[in-house]
Parts: sequence; structure tokens; C-alpha cells
Amino acid sequence: MSFINYSSREINCKIVYYGPGLCGKTTNLQYIYANTNQNAKGKMISLATETERTLFFDFLPLSLGEIRGFKTRFHLYTVPGQVFYDASRKLILKGVDGVVFVADSQVERTEANVESVENLRTNLAEQGYDLDKIPYVIQYNKRDLPNAAPFDELRGLLNPRGVPDFEAIAPKGDGVYDTLKAIARLILTELKKGT
Amino acid sequence: MQPQMVMYDEEFQQISAVCERLAREANAKIVFLVDKNGQLIASVGATQDLDTTSLASLTAGNIAATGGLAKLIGEKEFSILFHEGERDNLHISVIGGRVILVVIFDTRSSLGLVRLRVKKASDELNKIFDGLLKKVQVPGAGSPFAEITDDDIDNLFSE
Repeated sequence: MSFINYSSREINCKIVYYGPGLCGKTTNLQYIYANTNQNAKGKMISLATETERTLFFDFLPLSLGEIRGFKTRFHLYTVPGQVFYDASRKLILKGVDGVVFVADSQVERTEANVESVENLRTNLAEQGYDLDKIPYVIQYNKRDLPNAAPFDELRGLLNPRGVPDFEAIAPKGDGVYDTLKAIARLILTELKKGT
Repeated sequence: MQPQMVMYDEEFQQISAVCERLAREANAKIVFLVDKNGQLIASVGATQDLDTTSLASLTAGNIAATGGLAKLIGEKEFSILFHEGERDNLHISVIGGRVILVVIFDTRSSLGLVRLRVKKASDELNKIFDGLLKKVQVPGAGSPFAEITDDDIDNLFSE
């Protein structure tokens, strides 16, 4: 749930990057962190294991500028993707304003993608959110790999609702900012409706 | 789903005043207030060298994780957490089930004193947040963003 602060004239929103293990959620945040102006970002926090697998979450605060005299701040979180960290994923979805689903384009990860979307739907429902109603965008990551599934096939499988979706190569930054802008735009549009 | 969190100047001043008094009376270094989603609401004390945004997010993560642990053993939540360091200590408490009060203190204070003062401040903060919640639920208290246009949103991304 966004937090509107009339006192400091700020609006804070929470974006969660969701997806199966090793799909590139943390890589998205790392790219954004490395390529954003010093004064527009805070410190990036990664609660990860020794092998750099996300254990609890990554966190990156960003300022996007002002709208009508209000500073817009977005808090980006990732969830741990591995199946057995489900309890942690549920916690991170609390108070979410928008979700980015990062899919792993590799053919052999098809099932993991589908399972992860279903898991997202279930965990959102537990918090009282409906995946078909909240701001939601999809990113098909790892498009550069030789074993990437065809774009249309992924889209047909993962995006029946026709939400904004993007092809990406996260380590190079391809599609990373497009994805972020799309979800930020959807969240602000939702705020406009005054939910 | 939680209700929309909104903060107005009037309540912000009241909340800051309670936090300032708590810091003084508990001999604390820093007092800050975070909502359960990790957004910083207010902070007082020696915060200039401190990354309060990160602190807020990690505090909320901490409360969420211990809340998850509590449920697993059949408790509703652990409403007070205490972390003891070599120099500084952290006292974290959940107020009214919705906001988190964090007190950072060193040897100039004690856990007993902090607990005592936190209890008093919690009651006051709870009242302020009750009032704030009622204010937000009044119909017609519309979002300031109801008026924004697609152009406003486009401009954010134009640079």
C-alpha cells in the first residue's frame, strides 16, 4: 500500500520483483543500482547466502522526481526465488503496490516459470490482493541465451491477461528500465484512481 | 488488505513530539517509527550519519520474519524485540499491530528505562494513529493524485 506523506510531501510505493530461482531478479536491481544517479538512489541491501543466492530480500530505494509537488519514491524489493523460501516470499509481498514477474526464458525453466506465477497468485491472494487487478508487468529475461523459448510461446503461456511485457537481458540492462518504468506508470495510474 | 497509509502535517508534528520526548526521557540516541511495509514515518535524534531508509526496511523485514516465526509456534506476534550490541542496543516494539517503534540506546540508558518509556509513548502514539486512520476513512478525503494527468506521469520519465 502506498504511503502518502503530506507533511514531507512524499509518496512512497513498493514494487516487488518476483520469479523462479536464478531468473535474474537481483540482477535487475543491481543494474538499476549501478546505472542510476547517485542522488536518486539509496543504498542497495542484499540479504543473501555466501553463494549470492537471495536469502530474504534485496532492497533498493529510488527517487523518480516530483509529481504535483510530491516527491515520488519507489522501494524495490526482490523475493528469494527458490521454492523452499515460500514463507519469506509471503512476507515481502505485504503492502505491495505493483509486481514485476521476471521469467527465465530458457526452455527448461518453462515449468518453473508457470509454478512461480501460480505461487505469486496464491501468495497475493493470502494478503487480499488479486493478481488480475493489481499493477503487474512481465519481463522475459535471458533473451540472449541459445536455449531461450520463442517470445510468442512465453507470452501465450505467462501473459494471458495481456499486461505490459518486455524482453530483457538483465546483465546488459536491455529491457530493465523499460520494465521499471512500466510498473511505476501503472502504480501511479492506480493512485490516480484513488484506490 | 491494509488501509492506505497517509500522514498529515498535524499528526506528523504530534508524532515527532512524542518521539522526541521518548528519546529525551529514555536517554536514547535515536528513536524512529516505521510502518509495517518498511516506510519510514518519523525519526529523531542523531540520525545524520545513519541510513534511515535502510534501517526502516530492515526493521520491517525483521518484524515480518519474527511475526512469521510467532505464527509457526502459535503466537499472534512477538510485540517486543531486543538486540544487544557491544555499544548500542536496539529495542523494537509493535504499536497497535500496525507501526513499529525503534529505540537505539547505549550504556547511558538501560533496557528497563527504555521499556518503561516506550510503554507510555506507545499509548500516545496509538491514539494518534487511531485518529489518523479515522481521518483517512472519511469519504471525500481523496488522493492528491486524483488530479494527475498522463502527461504528469510521462514527465517523470522524460529525462
